[in-house]
Amino acid sequence: MLTPLFSSKLLIVLFFGTLFGLILGVLPGLGPTTGGALILPFTMTLDPLSAIVLLTSIYCAGTYGGAITAVLINTPGTPAAAATCLDGYPLAQKGEAGRALGMATVSSTVGGIFSVIILVFFAPLLAKLAYEFGQPEYFALAIFGLTMLSSIGEGSPIKNLIAGAFGILISTIGKDFMTSIDRFTYGINELSVGIGFIPVVVGLFAISEMLTQSTLLDQVFKRVALKAVKLPTKDDYKKTWKTILRSSGIGSFIGVLPAEGGTVASLIGYSEAKRFSKNPEEFGKGSIEGIAGAEAANNAATGGAMVPTLALGIPGSATTAVILTGLIIHGVRPGPDLFREQPDFLYGIFGAMLIANVLFFIFGFFGAKVFARITLVPNKILWPMIFAVSVCGTYSLSQSIIDVWIMLFFGVLGFFMRRFGFSVVPVIIGLILGELVEGTLRQSLVIFDGNWLMFLTRPIALTFFILSLIALAFPLLRSKKQKK
Amino acid sequence: MNNVRNKKRANKSLPFFFKDEFKVSFIIVFISIILLISTFSFDIVPPILNRGIQPATFPKALLILIISLTLIIYYLSIKNPWKMGKKLPKTFFLTLLSFLIFVIISKALDFFLAISVLSIFVSYNWGERRIFYLLLVSIIFPILVFIFFETILGLRFPPGIITNLYYY
Repeated sequence: MLTPLFSSKLLIVLFFGTLFGLILGVLPGLGPTTGGALILPFTMTLDPLSAIVLLTSIYCAGTYGGAITAVLINTPGTPAAAATCLDGYPLAQKGEAGRALGMATVSSTVGGIFSVIILVFFAPLLAKLAYEFGQPEYFALAIFGLTMLSSIGEGSPIKNLIAGAFGILISTIGKDFMTSIDRFTYGINELSVGIGFIPVVVGLFAISEMLTQSTLLDQVFKRVALKAVKLPTKDDYKKTWKTILRSSGIGSFIGVLPAEGGTVASLIGYSEAKRFSKNPEEFGKGSIEGIAGAEAANNAATGGAMVPTLALGIPGSATTAVILTGLIIHGVRPGPDLFREQPDFLYGIFGAMLIANVLFFIFGFFGAKVFARITLVPNKILWPMIFAVSVCGTYSLSQSIIDVWIMLFFGVLGFFMRRFGFSVVPVIIGLILGELVEGTLRQSLVIFDGNWLMFLTRPIALTFFILSLIALAFPLLRSKKQKK
Repeated sequence: MNNVRNKKRANKSLPFFFKDEFKVSFIIVFISIILLISTFSFDIVPPILNRGIQPATFPKALLILIISLTLIIYYLSIKNPWKMGKKLPKTFFLTLLSFLIFVIISKALDFFLAISVLSIFVSYNWGERRIFYLLLVSIIFPILVFIFFETILGLRFPPGIITNLYYY
């Protein structure tokens, strides 16, 4: 599995990817999705494997990096580390920041490695299964993916569905890929090629975050002092090993489902850790199990989210949507054929994720104190710099100034979406799945001679439709149960 | 909890057209209707070329779905009002204004001049007063970015009064 990585160039890429991912994870407001989108233009100078290794190492390390600020300044570096704040910061306030970060580092590494094992075993199986899929099955699968966003995504399920539908709508802008008819172009030539993924991602994540930061200038972070990260004690391991394993399983499973990956996984991992704990009353006051539950789950979601991304070409999270774009830009088409034709490439990705998990353990263990200092860079200096990189990165992909304006438009839109409780992640997933949804629907209707009912004669498609209905009904059932 | 309750109560006391729920739903529905109307102007493909459905059918279905879901969230918000966000500070509007200035300068004068102007404008309005840091974000960093993209990625930036000095 590691053989394709035995090249000094790839190891250097992996090293810097992990380092960069950690820095992105530590900085509140940035994260692996924004970072991945910003770095995507730079990957054009690399070969496909190096490019994807860079993106995946940023993904793994960035997810862990969020825990450092969650523990030390009570602000999650990434949304996936929100649950870590609940117990990480109280424990740090008790003078045990080193112990809290030690547990976060160990559980993140175990969760991450566990999920890579799941990825290695399940991605090929899913890819084999995908050989049975025709256009109707892919359509049903994409619909299932979108409905899952409503049921297990963060926030209001209906708002998530609106955001997902909006994402698909954006994908229809430009020339219709089947008939070359212009749609929503309004005579603007640049729009006839459609709206690129990068301007939308950078706008929705980086620029909208810049606007959010402009509203938080009076915020003061209280940083807890950290002497050194401490490895968990025997007693800590005894208390948490079951939680770590359970959360790793939960995280990997949630990661496979198209949703907000690590964010949802960590919340479920945390609440399950509390439910199974012998000391649930300690949660929220600095429970070591709480940190383990949240951190193992969010890092386990990384490998899980790569399963559908590589096997089916359907992203399991916003960051894997960026990785998927990276694959497409570099001419690699994810799906079952990738497993048959380029096994070395895949093993390279699996190996890179494994090494990235080990590397961030080392960096986190020895360097958490240094990384925590990065948060001292003032926003008034950091964000104008991020703006410059965002603008140039967005411009560079197709050398179009229109892309930069689209990025700004989506930045403003993303800010208001978040302000009114709409998640931006479904927009990204919708945008990337849009062409698949429309293309497979139209091709299926050609196969079925326009008879919609024929979808119900395909067992796999029917199964996905039933699962979609369950996914749509799930939030309703959940809110009824909560009311009881 | 009390804060959330107070905010909800405050939101409830407003006339319906001032509430966030109404404003947001209205804007979504309004824009969706305009887009829906524009789909009727899409070219219609003759049956021989038409694969499955007309090019306008899919966007139409999506827009109808968005309108329907928006009406549902508005209906639900009558029973369960949204939390009211904090009033946006002056710095937000200044940052927004800086985007507008960026668009104008990048179109009319120069792409990199626009980045520099935005950087210094944002940094200053966000509270930075130290000359070195203002120069760092507005001149030194954009130059480094320019050199990096130009030499490593081989990118050619759009012509402008400053960029032309480098190219010609």
